[in-house]
Amino acid sequence: MEKNLTLIALFAALIAALGLLPAMMLPGGVPITAQSLGIMLCGTVLGSRRGALAVLLFLLVVALGLPVLSGGRGGIGVFMGPSVGFLIGFPLAAFVAGLVVERVKAPVALSAGLGAFLGGMVVLYPIGTLGWALILDKSMADVGPFLLGFAPGDAIKCVLAALITRAIGQMRPGVLLSRG
Amino acid sequence: MLTLTCPHDTWAHRIPAGPKMAVLGLWTVALFSLTTLPALLTASVAITTLILSGGLPFARTSALMLRPLWPFVLIVALWQGWMGDPTWGAAPILRLITAVAAANFVTMTTRLTDMMAVLTRLARPFGPLGLPPRRLALALALVIRFIPVMLQHMQIIRLAFRARSPRRPGWRLFVPTLLAALDDAERVAEALRARGGVG
Repeated sequence: MEKNLTLIALFAALIAALGLLPAMMLPGGVPITAQSLGIMLCGTVLGSRRGALAVLLFLLVVALGLPVLSGGRGGIGVFMGPSVGFLIGFPLAAFVAGLVVERVKAPVALSAGLGAFLGGMVVLYPIGTLGWALILDKSMADVGPFLLGFAPGDAIKCVLAALITRAIGQMRPGVLLSRG
Repeated sequence: MLTLTCPHDTWAHRIPAGPKMAVLGLWTVALFSLTTLPALLTASVAITTLILSGGLPFARTSALMLRPLWPFVLIVALWQGWMGDPTWGAAPILRLITAVAAANFVTMTTRLTDMMAVLTRLARPFGPLGLPPRRLALALALVIRFIPVMLQHMQIIRLAFRARSPRRPGWRLFVPTLLAALDDAERVAEALRARGGVG
């Protein structure tokens, strides 16, 4: 019980810490931050339920007013802004990523990569697009193409999530709750 | 860890957090039901007055907090203008800025402890479902404490790397930092158990 609670808190803090790292600029001017890597790792390492809880805990900390969302944002305001779809999609993304690692009995790196891709891109993108579309009074087809700017960065993050999850599995097997 | 609460004391700092959040909720619902430009203009004048009532330094901080929205606003305006909208998408843009500014106002005038008090009160009904408010409060406190600890680990590992190599550490820092943090979590869990558990 105590171990689960501290791990969930730790991964929530990990998402926050990754958001505080400076963003890299992709060619084309789209900033990519490491924050979504944290979301993926919550799922692939902690598993579906605990991963989603860790992300929810992170969102609570954001709502309480700590500037831990990428770009130093925070407070209740971000839930009213254009990112709201992504924020709502984050726990779901972690849940799906965790579910894949739990169910797909492939080597850890493989199923973590697949989980990160399905959760962090396939599930997250439509929800994020829906958020944009609602805020802007547009159709999803109109705003969807803008999302493709994020795809290269997120693909890199899927690979990183796979490698990091495998490394944790090798070095601290007890922590890999998704395969516990 | 700095919070977004504004250190310039305003009248709104003295209003209890609960009512402030309730008003914000109503305001946001009302705002998203407004569609005409005059109505949205009135709403944005109202929120600007509210922010200015906190004094100039407060208003300046408010404006800074809206900065991340600008690229988004610019894209929407150009796009709408290009599509032949004579108002350049003023209605959705005003609604967005007004909603975010109002929410930021509540964040900036409410202390972290008061926010947490509201949160634990809201979480009370979930107690029987397996989430005692005490455990939630403990988890939040742990997150807030873990963030600087993790950054500190990263800094130490970066310095160690720099002492050994002229190259930039980049992603090589990630796994060692995470491992150090995981060991921290393990020790914190043991300490909690030794003190009677999370209840």
